[in-house]
Amino acid sequence: MTYQPQNDFGTPESRSDETVSLTIDGRNVTVPAGTSVMRAAAEQGTSIPKLCATDSVKSFGSCRLCLVEIDGRRGTPASCTTPVEPGMVVRTQTPHLAKLRKGVMELYISDHPLDCLTCAANGDCELQDQAGAVGLRDVRYDVQATHLGQEKDHSNPYFDFDPSKCIACSRCIRACDEVQGTLALTMEGRGWDSKISAGLASDNFLESECVSCGACVQACPTATLVEKKVVEVGTPERSVVTTCAYCGVGCTFRAEMRGEQLVRMVPYKDGKANRGHSCVKGRFAWGYAQHQERILKPMIRKSISDPWREVEWDEAFAYTASELKRISAKYGRNALGGITSSRCTNEETFLVQKLIRAGFGNNNVDTCARVCHSPTGYGLKTTFGTSAGTQDFDSVEDTDVILIIGANPTDGHPVFASRMKRRLRGQDGRPGAKLIVIDPRRTDIVRSPHIEAQHHLPLRPGTNVAVLTAMAHVIVTEGLADEAFIRERCDWDEYSHWAEFVSQARNSPENLQPVTLVDAEELRAAARLYATGGNGAIYYGLGVTEHSQGSSTVMAIANLAMATGNIGRRGVGVNPLRGQNNVQGACDMGSFPHELAGYRHISDGNTRKLFEDDWGVTLDPEPGLRIPNMLDAAVDGVFKALYCQGEDILQSDPNTAHVSAGLAAMECVIVHDLFLNETANYAHIFLPGSTFLEKNGTFTNAERRIQPVRKVMTPMNGLEDWEVTQRLAQAMGLDWNYTHPSEIMDEIARLTPTFAGVSFARLDEAGSLQWPVTADAPDGSPIMHVDGFVRGKGKFVVTDYVPTDEKTGPRFPLLLTTGRILSQYNVGAQTRRTENVAWHPEDLLEIHPVDAEDRGVKSGDWVKLASRAGETTLRATVTDRVAPGVVYTTFHHAVTQANVVTTDFSDWATNCPEYKVTAVQISASNGPTEWQEEYEALSTRSRRVETGIAAE
Amino acid sequence: MNSVERLVHMANQIATNLATDAAPVAAVADHIQQFWDPRMKKMIFAHGTAGLSPIAAAAISLLADAQNGA
Ligand code: SF4
Ligand code: SF4
Ligand code: SF4
Ligand code: FES
Repeated sequence: MTYQPQNDFGTPESRSDETVSLTIDGRNVTVPAGTSVMRAAAEQGTSIPKLCATDSVKSFGSCRLCLVEIDGRRGTPASCTTPVEPGMVVRTQTPHLAKLRKGVMELYISDHPLDCLTCAANGDCELQDQAGAVGLRDVRYDVQATHLGQEKDHSNPYFDFDPSKCIACSRCIRACDEVQGTLALTMEGRGWDSKISAGLASDNFLESECVSCGACVQACPTATLVEKKVVEVGTPERSVVTTCAYCGVGCTFRAEMRGEQLVRMVPYKDGKANRGHSCVKGRFAWGYAQHQERILKPMIRKSISDPWREVEWDEAFAYTASELKRISAKYGRNALGGITSSRCTNEETFLVQKLIRAGFGNNNVDTCARVCHSPTGYGLKTTFGTSAGTQDFDSVEDTDVILIIGANPTDGHPVFASRMKRRLRGQDGRPGAKLIVIDPRRTDIVRSPHIEAQHHLPLRPGTNVAVLTAMAHVIVTEGLADEAFIRERCDWDEYSHWAEFVSQARNSPENLQPVTLVDAEELRAAARLYATGGNGAIYYGLGVTEHSQGSSTVMAIANLAMATGNIGRRGVGVNPLRGQNNVQGACDMGSFPHELAGYRHISDGNTRKLFEDDWGVTLDPEPGLRIPNMLDAAVDGVFKALYCQGEDILQSDPNTAHVSAGLAAMECVIVHDLFLNETANYAHIFLPGSTFLEKNGTFTNAERRIQPVRKVMTPMNGLEDWEVTQRLAQAMGLDWNYTHPSEIMDEIARLTPTFAGVSFARLDEAGSLQWPVTADAPDGSPIMHVDGFVRGKGKFVVTDYVPTDEKTGPRFPLLLTTGRILSQYNVGAQTRRTENVAWHPEDLLEIHPVDAEDRGVKSGDWVKLASRAGETTLRATVTDRVAPGVVYTTFHHAVTQANVVTTDFSDWATNCPEYKVTAVQISASNGPTEWQEEYEALSTRSRRVETGIAAE
Repeated sequence: MNSVERLVHMANQIATNLATDAAPVAAVADHIQQFWDPRMKKMIFAHGTAGLSPIAAAAISLLADAQNGA
């Protein structure tokens, strides 16, 4: 396959249902009304020369290269700004047009350096292509040198800006504005003097508002904005479509390759989650895949105080299997367990849980979703009957009121945030959607260019349920509930019971204000807006789930949506924004100890029988241990071996001291990962993993969209992750013989009704599929609960507000809440090994000016952060984004170890840890705590490899 | 908190959150039956009802009886 750029139709698609027929160059074409002449021509295969138009942004009509002749019209209109009309007769190639276009091109080229042969974009430059297309052979003007020889801006770690090559087409400005919604770029000066700049003229890209999404680089027709990697290795020669491995948005990319070398990741226009957009992580931060710290050979050691010894795969599998068998014989089969990863593919996750259930002989399997979205599983299953979000991302285009609670989409889910922003700003004369944000912090989306939330409710951390109940109080007592919907779709008695509860005076916003700290009038207004503002859609994140009442909050959200009839059609719904790329998939695949793939309880005999017959084993009907329970059991001395694939529980799980005590008490900790992560400090066996670029499989994003992941290069460690698990299973005596991940998917489809119609062949054909994919819905289900809830009747659940046991007091007077930042990902193991550190070199503690002043803390000072569980140090930044009494930090860096201070309080229903609320004290400090120093020493000791050279 | 104390804490937490259910004791018992592994159940049965809220205590007794009866 040779390299083909993605098609560019010149102007965006029109969504009109009406069609228009016209004639272009003697051929008839029918397109939706509102389409430009340029796009209509492109759709019939005629490309009109163009420079300032591209289909990701609205046309601007500045370059005058796309001129056409239209019968009955005077002059030569620009085809990019001229909409089609019925019966129009258009000519795109005439001698007159050719002459005009040549003249335009000549002007452009006279002001452009003629160093094509040594230019990074040579062969992939639209200016060059168009000069060829119009037949430009020589330039009559003197080279004017008006803006040649300007200094390049190399400040962005991933792309360069060379203003000398700029043709002032403004595609970059429009992309930043319309696609990304950041508005970082401006044009200064006019005509030939115009110059693009990031922010102020004095700013460079890195210091500007730019978030490095790459939309401008993608839009630029010249080498003005170009990936550094292209400068370094040259233009790509082939491409493979695959899925981003970072977050739950699940953007589709073209991996553009030169041999086995990845040149760039380019967002794929036909990707249904991202529609051609990307963020800095997926677009640029893939350097970790080849990072020198990646471990490529298996390693073993008897004790964690020994150095690591490199071994061959065969020895590693034999040793691992013998250790697991020894422990099983000595302590019983329940002493073994494993953790699946939300970063790995569905197929890999499915195999790990199968190894545990069928090979280890117990249900001690859990997944990192335990610490993020397990309450979503519990809450949505209880109320709606299925553990997943109800909408596709496109649905937001029909939303009138967006309610965001406990999510920070511009940082956590940036590409979807850009789509939200488009809707919030309104488009083509349609007014924008209204916005309600419920978050202790003033997140970026609350106020950004052209966007201002109608209501921001800055609640006290830990009072989500109280706020939602108060909103329900307003909706029910003011008669705003959609009773017709409720009577038809939900259990009326349960509704009445719930309505009676929320209507009690103690649940009024006024009464709860002292608890939630949310202004009652503001809350009433927000509730009215959600209930009466048209299509209302709720988007939520970890600020909802990671609480002692995480599951209750999810159910409270579901109650609100049902009470207002906001379920079962486009534009509405309840949408969890998933953290990691395959959280949804890991949950779907039966990674939880109490349920098999497709959310069927392990005690259900019929389901068990299905699996038992297929696998030829007997399954334990009792639920197994969840991660925190495993650690407790380990400390009690009865849980001894753990297979941990692609997760770093020591860094990501709460109360680090407890996690390390649990790990230290085990006899065999197997870490299967790319790097010697923090958990590996306590590991006895290290199995090197492969990256998403090195394997085949599928990920499922937050919209339930199953998307192919395709191998573009050979695994550096030799084996894809599913092969590692299979070889381990074989070493333990299981008769597994998968030759390709597609066979694993066939097994999943065979055993899971909601996946019945899924296969790799179907996915290749459709691009992606949203489960359920069944005989009734062979093309998948973008929207759920359309004709009724999956569970039958929607269930209202009374959610009484119960304050958390983690309370502030004189010793710990502040509330700490945690979150994430755009440029870094989760525990940072990947992003910290990329140039993204340019934006987030360390975790910072946000503190309100009043609290800072009380403690004599200034921005940049080192502070000690102490809780009942432990203490750490980091640097402070003083800001009024957080309310007085609240402090905030991220957890991307191992040295900070924010989880040293988090407690092991957890969600009542799922044990999802309460990361979002910890009572803390802040004080001045002059350096690392004892824990940080000891841990640093342990890490260094533990990472020794026998050759004498430390691996890190 | 050691493991037993943690189980008592968890059982109480479940009971508090399910207190508004139509049949709270059965709901708590069912929840524990569905989500706790056998060893955790055994541990809390052995521990008895000390420190448990009335609903949690009743649920644990209910489960323990069902287990013994079976
Ligand atoms: S990279 Fe993205 S945010 Fe930065 S200037 Fe370009 S479009 Fe704007
Ligand atoms: S930087 Fe590229 S996209 Fe922006 S105005 Fe210049 S040539 Fe056009
Ligand atoms: S938004 Fe998420 S899925 Fe998309 S490119 Fe960024 S990290 Fe990848
Ligand atoms: S492409 Fe139409 S005016 Fe530039």
